Amino acid sequence: MLSIKDLYVSVEGMEILKGINLEVKPGEVHAIMGPNGSGKSTLANVLAGKEEYEVTSGSVLFDGEDLLDKAPEDRAKDGLFLSFQYPVEIPGVPMVNFLKSAVNEHRKHKGEKELTAGEFLKLMREKMDMVDMHPNLTNRSVNEGFSGGEKKKNEIFQMALLEPRLAILDETDSGLDIDALKTVANGVNALRSPERSAIVVTHYQRLLDYIVPDFVHILYKGKIVKTAGKELALELEEKGYDWIKTEN
Amino acid sequence: MSVTIEKVDLSLKYTAYYKQVKEELFEGSSDILNDQRNKAFQSFVMQGIPTRKNEDYKYTNLHPSFAPEFAFVHSRTDEEANLQEIFRCDVPQLDTTLAFVYNGWFSKKSSAIDRLPEGVILDSLENISKERPELLSKYASLANPDEDPMVAMNTAFAKDGFFLFVPKGVVLDKAIQIINLMKGSSDLLVTQRNYICVEEGAKLQLLLCDHSENQNNYLSNSVTEVFAGSNAEVEFYALQNQHNKATSIHSVFVEQQRDSRVTTHTASLHGGLIRNNLKFILNGENCEANMYGISFLDKKQHADNFTQVIHAKPHCVSNQVYKNVLDEQSTGAFSGRIHVVRDAQKTNAFQRNNNLLLTDQATMQTKPQLIIDADDVKCSHGATVGQIDEEALFYLRARGIDEDKARLMMMNAFAHEVIQEIKLEPLRERIDELVDKRLRGELARCHECSYGKDC
Ligand SMILES: Nc1ncnc2c1ncn2[C@@H]1O[C@H](COP(=O)(O)OP(=O)(O)OP(=O)(O)O)[C@@H](O)[C@H]1O
Ligand SMILES: [Mg+2]
Repeated sequence: MLSIKDLYVSVEGMEILKGINLEVKPGEVHAIMGPNGSGKSTLANVLAGKEEYEVTSGSVLFDGEDLLDKAPEDRAKDGLFLSFQYPVEIPGVPMVNFLKSAVNEHRKHKGEKELTAGEFLKLMREKMDMVDMHPNLTNRSVNEGFSGGEKKKNEIFQMALLEPRLAILDETDSGLDIDALKTVANGVNALRSPERSAIVVTHYQRLLDYIVPDFVHILYKGKIVKTAGKELALELEEKGYDWIKTEN
Repeated sequence: MSVTIEKVDLSLKYTAYYKQVKEELFEGSSDILNDQRNKAFQSFVMQGIPTRKNEDYKYTNLHPSFAPEFAFVHSRTDEEANLQEIFRCDVPQLDTTLAFVYNGWFSKKSSAIDRLPEGVILDSLENISKERPELLSKYASLANPDEDPMVAMNTAFAKDGFFLFVPKGVVLDKAIQIINLMKGSSDLLVTQRNYICVEEGAKLQLLLCDHSENQNNYLSNSVTEVFAGSNAEVEFYALQNQHNKATSIHSVFVEQQRDSRVTTHTASLHGGLIRNNLKFILNGENCEANMYGISFLDKKQHADNFTQVIHAKPHCVSNQVYKNVLDEQSTGAFSGRIHVVRDAQKTNAFQRNNNLLLTDQATMQTKPQLIIDADDVKCSHGATVGQIDEEALFYLRARGIDEDKARLMMMNAFAHEVIQEIKLEPLRERIDELVDKRLRGELARCHECSYGKDC
């Protein structure tokens, strides 16, 4: 489904990703862990199509097609979803307009009929229940005045609406209380299927108790320095990153 | 040097013209208007047509606008059979009392003024200044020709416009909508003088729509005086929607008595050159003045909003929010002056000007000016000139919304803060729609009218 080969990425002339290789097959969940500043969000953003990152070499295929050539909106419509580490506030853009546009753009792309306002509201309520989002939040502008946890829930809510085939969750668990963490994990698990995959960026093993990964990777200084099964997360929780740092 | 010569030439041209048509100007006009003409004209000659050298017109040179060979309309022309036929602005469900001003002349025939509540007067200024001069002399005193050459010129040439009077305690349940229609077979300079008086405890919602037909050069120089008595409430909406060969110079003067509330909205959706002067004097305690402005410019369009609020009495609040969206090579300016006089303690005066530049060639000038002579006041002002927030744009695109649409959403969001303050709901929805159309690059015009490729 996703195939990253020898990916080098720079920002403002500074090399941040230094040869990433990663294969994500349908149905798999990959966790990416690693110390602050190692390049996890950079990788996530590059995959979503953020323009300020310059890919200096390497390739990314999504469903066999060149991903890096595509505009962010086309990647999204092809089924790639990024849950942002820091969701941005957009005063003046009402949540409902935004969500309805997003859902209908996806539907158009798939050749489906656009939802009417009524149909959309019904769908929205259903998904809102699922992620336990306060109904008032959809009366506001996008993320405006949302608490840290509400912003994260909003990301998962959008994911539930758009039903991506590849979800990239960038520290969606940070800032969530225990109950919210479970709800978010349930939201992700509800989407799990043999066709859908996820890349979960996290600092905490806790999330991986709920979203059980097939692989855990450690990203350090722009490279994946270790890959193993879910037990690697437990090991990190116990030992921290020092041993990785001395080895590399 | 060429500028000086041009300046002399232009002033000479209008001086000569004034002498030539003087008789026509005085003819049929009331004493109250005629008494001011010569003096105002002298004042105009002294000041001249403003260039950037004039401090108050620093960002707007009006010379090119006055260069064409304009025809004036010094007498009531044969009225079009039905102005409502020409003008089909579809503001759906906007249930208003509709009135027309045609090339500066109030059209009684086309206006639905017979259905106004008892005591409310909406009539031609020419008429009222003859029949009820006491109404005019009681209130009309705000626009001073010596302070602005365009006011001087207006005072010298004005023969008509509308006069609106809402007597004490009368609350108009329907908004009054006045359409300023400009239509001519040649280039036209239109002068219009309006008076609005809303007496003690009365309530008025007024909507002015500018509209021009045919691809001629138009120059409209209007002066409007608004008097709000104690406890009066006035909402004043101006919808400016003209073609690129139109110059609009609007000067609005507002005086507020104690406990009154006046809100103005100036929405400049389209127009070649727009200059709005908006001057408030808060002349009683406890007044509230809200001034909102939004403009959308592209091509070589220019909009200059010049505001002034004089806090003459204590305990008043003024609030200004002006926003501009500038595309292509358009230029904009905002100058906002707040003057708190010595005894106006406990004044709250706020001002904000936010601008969105969509290209590198668009430019915006913004100039706040605070003159504060009292010590116990709260004043703030702020201005921003920026581009669309790229982070936000990426967020929208990352959800599958294509770039153009995402930009549109962002621009609508920018304008939203001002538009949401429009209390007249169908108007707010209509403006939302017009703004959306405008931002899509379609003309924000009524679907019946079209200016072709030039707009
Ligand atoms: N737009 C940018 N401009 C400059 N530097 C950047 C930019 N984006 C990322 N960087 C730098 O790249 C490095 C990697 O950042 P990144 O956000 O990818 O780290 P991360 O692994 O997600 O860290 P964290 O765990 O703290 O979220 C950091 O040193 C960061 O400062
Ligand atoms: Mg990060």
